[in-house]
Amino acid sequence: MFVQKKRKLVNYAKWGYIFILPFFASFFIFSFIPLVDTIRYSFYEYFRSGIKEIGPNFIGMKNYASLLQSDMLKYAGNTLILWVIGFIPQIVIALTLASWFVDVRMKIRCQQFFKVVIYLPNLIMASAFAMLFFTLFSKTGPVNSILMSLGVISEVIDFMRTALGVRSLIGTMNFLMWFGNTTIMLMAAIMGISPDIFEASEIDGCNSVQRFFRITLPLIRPILAYTLITSIIGGLQMFDVPQILTNGQGNPDRTSMTLIMFLNSHLRSKNYGMAGALSVYLFIVSGILCFIVYKMTNDNDPDGSKAAARANKKRGGR
Amino acid sequence: MIILSFLCLFFFYILIINATHSHAELQRGFYALPGTSFLKNFNSVANNGEFPMMRGVLNSLIVSGSCAAICTYFSALTAYGIYAYDFKLKKVAFTFIMMILVMPTQVTAMGFLRLITKMGMYDSLLPLIIPSIASPAVFYFMYSYLESSLPLSLVEAARIDGSWEFRTFNQIVLPIMKPAMAVQAIFTFVGSWNNYFVPALVIQSKDKMTVPILIALLRGADYMNRDMGKIYMMILPAIVPIILVYLLLSKYIIAGVTLGGVKG
Repeated sequence: MFVQKKRKLVNYAKWGYIFILPFFASFFIFSFIPLVDTIRYSFYEYFRSGIKEIGPNFIGMKNYASLLQSDMLKYAGNTLILWVIGFIPQIVIALTLASWFVDVRMKIRCQQFFKVVIYLPNLIMASAFAMLFFTLFSKTGPVNSILMSLGVISEVIDFMRTALGVRSLIGTMNFLMWFGNTTIMLMAAIMGISPDIFEASEIDGCNSVQRFFRITLPLIRPILAYTLITSIIGGLQMFDVPQILTNGQGNPDRTSMTLIMFLNSHLRSKNYGMAGALSVYLFIVSGILCFIVYKMTNDNDPDGSKAAARANKKRGGR
Repeated sequence: MIILSFLCLFFFYILIINATHSHAELQRGFYALPGTSFLKNFNSVANNGEFPMMRGVLNSLIVSGSCAAICTYFSALTAYGIYAYDFKLKKVAFTFIMMILVMPTQVTAMGFLRLITKMGMYDSLLPLIIPSIASPAVFYFMYSYLESSLPLSLVEAARIDGSWEFRTFNQIVLPIMKPAMAVQAIFTFVGSWNNYFVPALVIQSKDKMTVPILIALLRGADYMNRDMGKIYMMILPAIVPIILVYLLLSKYIIAGVTLGGVKG
C-alpha cells in the first residue's frame, strides 16, 4: 500500500511539470533566447547601410562606449523629465482623492461612479489618445478655438513647436491615464488601515491635516514605495504617447525623445549592435528595479509591505 | 474632483461630437452638440483603401481575442501546476516567475525581432499572439486566486473518482477559476488591443496592421490636407469598443485593479 502511494506521488509530480511546460517553453523561446541574442549582438558591429549588411564583427565594448557619447544620456534625461511631469501631479492628486474618498465624514455620493470615470483613461489606447490630443491641440484644433472664443488668448498657440508645450502635453496625458489607477490602489491601502487608529487619533484631538500627515501617510508608505517603483519602470518604457504625438521625431529639437523611442529608431534602421547595447543598459536598470519590487513583494519585509499588499489584495477581492 | 472627472470625460466627448461633423463645419469652429455627418464620415472611413480601418479593427479583434483566451488558459494551467503538485523544481519555478514579473518586453525586442524573422513569422499575426502564453502577472493573479478558493481535497476527490489529471483541470478547476479568468481576460484583451511597440516592429503589410499602427500611420501622413471629421472618425473605433466593454463590466474591472495591480 505504502509503496503504491509513493509511486502515485511520483506520477503526480510528472503532471506538475507537464502543466507548467507551456509557460516555460514559451518564455524560453520568446523571451530568453531573444535576450541572450540581444546581449550577444551588443558586442558586435552589426548594422545595415543601404542594402549592404555590415558585420557582425566582434568589437567588444565599443557599442556601449559610443552610446555613452551619443545622445543617450540626453534621452534618459528627457524620459526622466517627462516621467516627473506626469508623476508629481499624479501622486498628489491620487493621495488627496484617496483620502477624501475614504474619509468617513465626507460621505461622497456616487463614489462608484467617480471610480469608474477616473479609471477610464487608463484603458484607452495610448496611441489613439495621443493622436486625439494631437488633433485637439493642433493649431486649428478645438482647444485653440475654445480658448480664442473665450478671449483667454489673442492668437493661436502652437503647442507642438515649443519643448514646454510638447512636454506638458505628454505629462498631462500620462497623468490623466494613470492617476485613476494610483487613486484606486491608494484607496485600498488606506482602507486597509484599522479604523481604531483613526478613532484613537480623533479622541486625542487630532485634526484632519494632522491625521493625514501623521497617520495615513506613514502607514501607507509601503504601497507608496511600490507605486513609485512600478511607475518608474513604466516611465522607463514610455513610448506610445511621445512616439505618436511627435511622429517618432521627438520634436522640437529632440527634447521629448525617450529611451525606448531611441531604441525603436535603432531597430527600424536595423542597427542591431547599437540596439543591443541600448537594450542591455535598459535591462540592467530595469533589472535593478525589478529586484527591488521582488524583494518588496516576496520577503518578510521589515517595513511590512507584504502585509500591506495582502491587506490591499483582500480589499480588492471583495 | 468634479473638475477631474470632467477632464476625463471632456476629451472623449469632443471626440464623439467631432466625429459627427463634416470637415467644413469643423474648420469653422467648435460645436457642443452632435452634428449630422456621422454616417457620411463613417462611410468615407470604411471605404478608404489607404487606411484599412475596418480590416485593422478585425485584426486587432483576432489578436486580442486569441491573446486573452490562450493567456488566461495557460496561466491558469501553470498556476494550477505549481499550486496543486509537489515536484522538485516547484520553488525554483515560482521564484523564477516572480523575478520576471515586471521585466519590460522592450529589452528583448531586438532578439525577438531576429528570432521571428528566422522562424518565418515576420509580418504575421502569430508572433503577437503566441508569446502571451507566458505572462507572469496573469500567472500570479491566478495563483493567488487558487490559493484562496481551491481546496486540494477537491482534486483528491476527483482522483478517487478516477478522473484523469488533465480532465480534472478542465472540468473541475477551470469552472472554479471562472471569475479570475474573466477579469484577466479583460485586462489581457485591453493590453493587447492597445499594444503598439511590438506590432509596429513586426507588422509590415497593410492588410495585417492592427489599430494602433494605423493610428500611427495616420499621424505620419500629411496631416493638414485631411478631412478632420474623418480623423476623429478613425480614432473612434480605437477607443469606443473598449469604453463600451468597460462600462458594462466596470464593477469587475475596478475590483481587479487592486488585486492584480499590487503585483504589477
